[in-house]
Amino acid sequence: MPKTSSRWLGLLFQVGAVLLALLFTSIILLLVGAKPFQAYERIIYGAFSDMGHISDVLVVWVPLVLVSAGLLITYSTGLWNIGIEGQIALGAIFTVWAMRLLQDSSIPPVLIILVGFLAGMLGGALWAALAGALRVFGGVNEIFGGLGLNFVSTALTIWLIFGPWKRPGVGSMSGTVPFDTSLWLPMVGGSRLSLWSLGLGILGIVVVYFILQGTYFGLRLKAVGKNPRAAFLMGIPTSSYMMLAFILCGVFAGLAGAVQVTGVYHRLIPSISSGYGFLGMLVAMLVNYQAIGAPFVAFLFAALNIGSIQLPIDLKLDSTLSGVLQGALVLFVLLMDGVRRRVLHKK
Amino acid sequence: MDNNILVGLAGVLAAAAPVVFAAIGETFTERAGIINLSVNGTILLSAMAGFATSLVTNNLILGFLVGAIIGALVALLVAFSSITLKQSQVAVGFVLTLMTRDLAYFLGNSFMGQAGPRIPPLNIPLLQDIPILGTLFFKQDIIVYTSFILIVVSQWWIFSTRQGLLLQGIGERPAAAFVRGANVNKLRYLYTMLGGALVGLAGPMFSLSVKAGWKGTISGLDGIGWIALAITIFGGWNPVRVALGAYLFALLQWLGLVLQPSLPNIPSQVLQVAPFPLMILTLLLVNIGNAEWVERWLAGMPAPLRRVVAKVLRAMRTSPPASLGVPFENE
Repeated sequence: MPKTSSRWLGLLFQVGAVLLALLFTSIILLLVGAKPFQAYERIIYGAFSDMGHISDVLVVWVPLVLVSAGLLITYSTGLWNIGIEGQIALGAIFTVWAMRLLQDSSIPPVLIILVGFLAGMLGGALWAALAGALRVFGGVNEIFGGLGLNFVSTALTIWLIFGPWKRPGVGSMSGTVPFDTSLWLPMVGGSRLSLWSLGLGILGIVVVYFILQGTYFGLRLKAVGKNPRAAFLMGIPTSSYMMLAFILCGVFAGLAGAVQVTGVYHRLIPSISSGYGFLGMLVAMLVNYQAIGAPFVAFLFAALNIGSIQLPIDLKLDSTLSGVLQGALVLFVLLMDGVRRRVLHKK
Repeated sequence: MDNNILVGLAGVLAAAAPVVFAAIGETFTERAGIINLSVNGTILLSAMAGFATSLVTNNLILGFLVGAIIGALVALLVAFSSITLKQSQVAVGFVLTLMTRDLAYFLGNSFMGQAGPRIPPLNIPLLQDIPILGTLFFKQDIIVYTSFILIVVSQWWIFSTRQGLLLQGIGERPAAAFVRGANVNKLRYLYTMLGGALVGLAGPMFSLSVKAGWKGTISGLDGIGWIALAITIFGGWNPVRVALGAYLFALLQWLGLVLQPSLPNIPSQVLQVAPFPLMILTLLLVNIGNAEWVERWLAGMPAPLRRVVAKVLRAMRTSPPASLGVPFENE
């Protein structure tokens, strides 16, 4: 079969998958007595109706694309870094920790924020290294080690908020005391979006694209992912490369946590990761682990997250519909990819 | 023994019952060579749907039936995409676990916080009067008794029947089982769906008994499915050991609650996750014997010490079915 027609066939199956996902979500909406098109219209309205909403989408996009970028590295190495949620949280915790230590000193705010970011990268990397060490040296599957560490990081966050870092008086679920506005990333007039974090998100995905596409290091990571035994026999130290992949991914997750602290919440809150870790895993799956598509899919998912906030306001529907649609998209793309291969194989 | 403690321990047995179902269900699935990662979401969706069904129809049995059907259908999706479509089991299972969770929250929105039916306790005559044991084992409800039966039956099925031998075969050496006439992929479909149905029963067990009702994101069920998956590994794919893992987990959670008043500086949320670090530690202990550097380290030890350490490691070690997660193609 000529290559172009198989590419068209692939596109056809992908469009089919998107339509099936929409059909599935529409049936779910009909089940609760809602009008599907009205719901979709509200989601689009909620995401794009004015600059305020669009900038909110970008506020979600930054940590999501950073996390996805990091996950592309672990996926390329054949690792399922489910511990990503905890790595974001630890990044945030380390950022808050560093900034709390320095906030009353005479160091210029810019430097404090910078140190906060560095601490965040360190925190994410350490937590990822822990999951990596459990896998590489302890034989604990990274899925289960990572999941356990996620729960531990949640406990750690809550303990800090109610214990050592509690607000004067009684600690509360609303988090620690917010930092002084001088320690906030500067925001674009009136919005919650910072151009610094936006730039960081773009830089992050570009760097990962070049690591994976253009460097010998990236090639070796992928070799470990494709066939660790063969890679080892070829002289690649697979254990070190797996550890490196974990640590690099942790750095990106830590950056996402640092952005959540310095640019969005300005304090530590219980759900500081906002579920972006798991969502980033879906993004990476949907783009078939290729960096080139990640920023666009991350944007779509961020738009769905923000847009669906409109559902409870206007239609009294739960905003988790965005999760249903995101999941359905990935599920049907995976299924249709399998169907396409079967069809091509038969021919 | 203090009666309060006895009642508390009886509560531990009850609280563990759904986890026993989920983890033994996953044991069947993984024994057949398939990883079904969707457990966490499946439990949430079947808990919500089972509760809603029983609330609307006022029929408890229908609630459990719906739960089992949902579990089997989600498992069917995992089996179909991995066996027939050759997609990654882990990827599909992970997507499904997130999607079914959000489906549960979305569809369950209107049932949130409603008072619904729940399973009545069923004391066994005569046996309930036995000191200590009566309170522990015979003043429970039907799902707890069923969980005891499940442990015994599944242990017997896997290790003492011809069918069980076949099940082990398709998870360990599918090619050999195939040569001997087993329809490997059909059996994998069957056991994945059976396992899924058992996981699906765990949901209504929560929402109709152990944690009766549906409270959306604060139902306290999110995360239990991941625990069940970890317990499956901890239990070395052996139903009795898996059940012990479930009881250990429930015991630790109960201890967290009991010890709370004497540790006022630690928020309750922290104590509730106490089992998780312990779970990682135990996973580390049961796996570390498989690591290469441990063998090297052992080789450098004086012989008597080496023998003791190796014996301890071997006693704790568990190894997964050899073909777990590996697709089978009959050429």
